Amino acid sequence: MAYALQLLINGVTLGMIYGLIAVGYTMVYGIIGMINFAHGDVFMIGAFIGLIVLTALTGITSIPLAIAAAFIVAAVLSGVYGFSIERVAYRPLRGSFRLAPLISAIGMSIVLENYVQVTQGALDRAIPPLLPGGVAVMRQHGFVVQLSFMQVAIVVVTLAVLAVFTWIVTKTPLGRAMRAVEQDAKMAALLGIDTNTTISLTFVTGAALAAVAGVMFLLYYGVIGFYIGFNAGIKAFTAAVLGGIGSLPGAVLGGLLIGLIEAFWSGYGPLAYKDAAVYSILAIVLMFLPSGLLGRHEVEKV
Amino acid sequence: MSAVLELHGVSAFYGPVQALREVSLHVNEGEIVTLIGANGAGKSTLMMTIFGQPRARTGEIVYHGENITAVPTFEIARKGIAQSPEGRRIFPRMSVEENLLMGAQVVNYADYAKNLDMVSELFPRLRERFTQRGGTLSGGEQQMLAIARALMSKPRLLLLDEPSLGLAPLVIKQIFGVLRQLNRETGLTVLLVEQNANQALRLAHRGYVLVNGAITLEGTGSELLALPEVRSAYLEGGH
Repeated sequence: MAYALQLLINGVTLGMIYGLIAVGYTMVYGIIGMINFAHGDVFMIGAFIGLIVLTALTGITSIPLAIAAAFIVAAVLSGVYGFSIERVAYRPLRGSFRLAPLISAIGMSIVLENYVQVTQGALDRAIPPLLPGGVAVMRQHGFVVQLSFMQVAIVVVTLAVLAVFTWIVTKTPLGRAMRAVEQDAKMAALLGIDTNTTISLTFVTGAALAAVAGVMFLLYYGVIGFYIGFNAGIKAFTAAVLGGIGSLPGAVLGGLLIGLIEAFWSGYGPLAYKDAAVYSILAIVLMFLPSGLLGRHEVEKV
Repeated sequence: MSAVLELHGVSAFYGPVQALREVSLHVNEGEIVTLIGANGAGKSTLMMTIFGQPRARTGEIVYHGENITAVPTFEIARKGIAQSPEGRRIFPRMSVEENLLMGAQVVNYADYAKNLDMVSELFPRLRERFTQRGGTLSGGEQQMLAIARALMSKPRLLLLDEPSLGLAPLVIKQIFGVLRQLNRETGLTVLLVEQNANQALRLAHRGYVLVNGAITLEGTGSELLALPEVRSAYLEGGH
């Protein structure tokens, strides 16, 4: 019981990080119908920007201030990356055959990984634990369930970021414009919406969310490398598909489920098969719900 | 009278297919002009070409004296032209309210409450369906929403593509009545595409007949109504 509770805590924390990345996949898919395979690398770049900011500020400012600065700088600069990636690699291919931007995305992913490997080195980079400690939430038969302050911080930050993001998408003119372009880009243009700007802003928003996830990953694990975007990206993409690609709540739900599956499988099953378990569950869900857990399947009148 | 919209020798293509052949027409300030023609004559293409979708390959489109032939679609909309397009194009996963907000976005929600009152009075049904998603509305309700959405942007020039499609005769009469009223009271300029030529020509100051992408006749509403070729082709059930 205590062990399961610990796995639950760990799984939710991991799931929050996956969910934040998955939102970026699902947004971009919704608005231009492509899978942005470079998105995992934007997450990685966010983590590295966080690392650079933290390393620079440690000892100069207080730790909470340094962490806040890392989040903000990483989100803003990664937003610039997201914007540039769309302009350079995807926009010129809009209206081309469907596979073209996908291949371009894979190319972009390779470019970003190598760029970080060259500029930051191929060795893993580490930071000291910045938010140590936690509380024991339960003791049973000598097993202590730990809830670290970092885990609490990750859950709180994710929920806050998602709340702001949900408000933007559902209540603001920008969010309405994004949904309008997603549903009928030509009609949105007839109503005065600059679809190119809206698509750019979608990439910026998705990249900023991925950067927040990247900084949390850095703070949580303490170690990052140029290659972390690939694995996290694939997992988050799986989360988006599991939740129903195109659905924002689905992306968060999918992320949480994948985090939990990973945590519980690692706790009770053979660790080596952790990823196999994740993808098997995805395959089983898709067999019965081809559009994912919260994907659209209602019929619309035309 | 000054021209709000002028088309000079506009041709447009869908791939290799020519949809418009050197169309020239004009709409004056405060006028209701109708474009009649059979299915596939190019009426809807003409309405979309004004917005650059598709772009005119030859000719010139001039709005209030400004050449807008190559202006991006969204900027044309920002100049005060609104369209209720063919197929209605309601945002299906947005509520009625959000669809109306999308219409008002281009004028930064100016006079939103006043315009909302106006369209609610015009289409009480939309008021009842305010929080319902556009995709779940009936065809007629979607048509009302498309017109209402266009009106929410306080257009100086309103393009209406078959506003009567899918609506009950009583509602059609009401819509045409409102157009007449808006035109008289606010000077709204309207370019109206209709299959329902009889009512359209009665409402309009002037009209054009489009056949195979080319203008073949033009005249005042009553002149066109009186022409035997118009009567036989568009008014007496002929095609």
